[in-house]
Amino acid sequence: MVLDSASLPSAPASGRIAGAIGLVLIGVIIIAALFAPWLASADPFDLAGPALAGPSPNHIMGTDAIGRDLFSGVLYGTRTSLLIAITVGALASAFGVTIGMIAGYYGGFADDFLMRMTELFQVLPRFFLAAVAIALLGPGVDRVIVVLALTSWPVLARVVRAEILALKQLDFVLASEALGATKFHLFKNVFLPHVLPAVLVLVGLLMGQVLLTEASLGFIGLGDPNAMTWGTLAGQAQGFFRVAWWLALFPGLAISATVLGLNLIADALSSRVQNPAGISATE
Amino acid sequence: MPTVLGIVLIAFLLIHLAPGDPVMALAGEHGDAAYYEFMRERFGLNRSLPDQMLTYFARVASGDLGMSYVHGRSTASLIMERAPATLLLTGSALLLAVIVSIPLGAFAARRPHGSWDVSISGAVLTLYSAPAFWLGQLAILAIALKLGWLPVQGMTTAGDTQSGIMRALDVARHLILPAMVLASQELAVLVRLTRSGLIDELARDHIRTARAKGVTDAAILIRHAMPRALLPAVTVIGARVGQLIAGAVVIEIVFGWPGIGRLLLTSLQNRDTPLLLALFLVVSFTVVVANLLTDLVHAALDPRITLR
Repeated sequence: MVLDSASLPSAPASGRIAGAIGLVLIGVIIIAALFAPWLASADPFDLAGPALAGPSPNHIMGTDAIGRDLFSGVLYGTRTSLLIAITVGALASAFGVTIGMIAGYYGGFADDFLMRMTELFQVLPRFFLAAVAIALLGPGVDRVIVVLALTSWPVLARVVRAEILALKQLDFVLASEALGATKFHLFKNVFLPHVLPAVLVLVGLLMGQVLLTEASLGFIGLGDPNAMTWGTLAGQAQGFFRVAWWLALFPGLAISATVLGLNLIADALSSRVQNPAGISATE
Repeated sequence: MPTVLGIVLIAFLLIHLAPGDPVMALAGEHGDAAYYEFMRERFGLNRSLPDQMLTYFARVASGDLGMSYVHGRSTASLIMERAPATLLLTGSALLLAVIVSIPLGAFAARRPHGSWDVSISGAVLTLYSAPAFWLGQLAILAIALKLGWLPVQGMTTAGDTQSGIMRALDVARHLILPAMVLASQELAVLVRLTRSGLIDELARDHIRTARAKGVTDAAILIRHAMPRALLPAVTVIGARVGQLIAGAVVIEIVFGWPGIGRLLLTSLQNRDTPLLLALFLVVSFTVVVANLLTDLVHAALDPRITLR
């Protein structure tokens, strides 16, 4: 089913503007991540100034309870967040696309088995699973990535499967099979290009969700102590509401801007591509 | 049912994946040798792995989710004690989100891509993109501290021994901010759903027929378009129960609300693994039950669907 323009979030004109805003936001974030060492005014772990100093020319986002520069922390946090979002996005697409293609193409027992697995992983409350896994295995960026990837692929698998079910009946696919195309050729050169647009939209939205979950984990104190993360920074603000509003404001702002950018881009993309599942930012 | 078994299996695997003796995961690190021996016996940890798995499944099936070694009580009773506060928070938030989102969605759908639509859609997408804890922090900074309108934290005023209606009002005052913040996360989903559902529905032939018959705009919206447009909302609310609880947990921590979120935080700080595992299991089962209920409600509301 092609998503008709009526059910899109905005008209072509405002949709293009929204997409452009998204691109700018994500562009800024990527530049911040790439050039963090040059842009930062201090090492994010260094005691660079007085404790709990408000925003000033020296520390444009202020300092935290032990005098670390918040702006540098937020900049370096960009790297951790993007690393997690991109790795989870890549792993979840690899799992989701492979499982969705196999289930959709072969049907029968493989389909049943894989779809039951998909349902199981879809109901797992990822936030609690991550909390338990970190509590048992210790904190670390790698565990966060594994748990988030494990709980993220089901949506992709379902959408890809639905696409393949529709595709495999079509004449050009049958022709390709009749000509003796190998399964590998069929998956890689026939199916993949067709599911890719929908997968890209979904992965964009998914990375936004991943960032939010990762931030929440950092916020409740489950972040990697050896990495700067936005969630951990925001968690520090909890004890200083009355004295240091900047600690609460800036890390959350960075997270929101990134997630909004991803959602805007995904929404703009979904209006351009054939959208089998009527995917949009809020599903 | 296979899903429930799968969830228990994952919990079991987590215990055994943890580095060190699994008895540590079940009994904590501070027990004495005799207690470890007792736990080993009780969970059959001195037997073979498949045997252990069956024992664990049987324990969970009989409702025994283990003992919290910090509180020295069964984890199930601890969770049940905290559940009402979380239920109050999530329930109010969901109600608030539904009440606000339907008129907003309908308003946006009146002129698709008009300036109201763009503003409403943009605003809810922005709310949706912000982390729940941040919205909570901003609400505390702006509304509770700066304006001083509402209490900053907790569920009741400290040292207050009021009862009856005064106490209920006190709780309600404390509930407003956390419920609003939690609702804002659900709002985006529901507004967009209402909006796109109504836009699709209003373009259909039966609406044109109703218009031709001279039915008023309000009646068309409420009697003819809403029921079908809102049907998907049931499914989406049900499918988002997991996210709703996760959101509630974080918001409880921001606002010091004494629900399962606080319990999760303290058990993380105490490394109370039995309690953490029990929380994971209880939340997972809640999500499964919510999905089941959603299917039943959906089938009851939609005459085209029959349950197999």
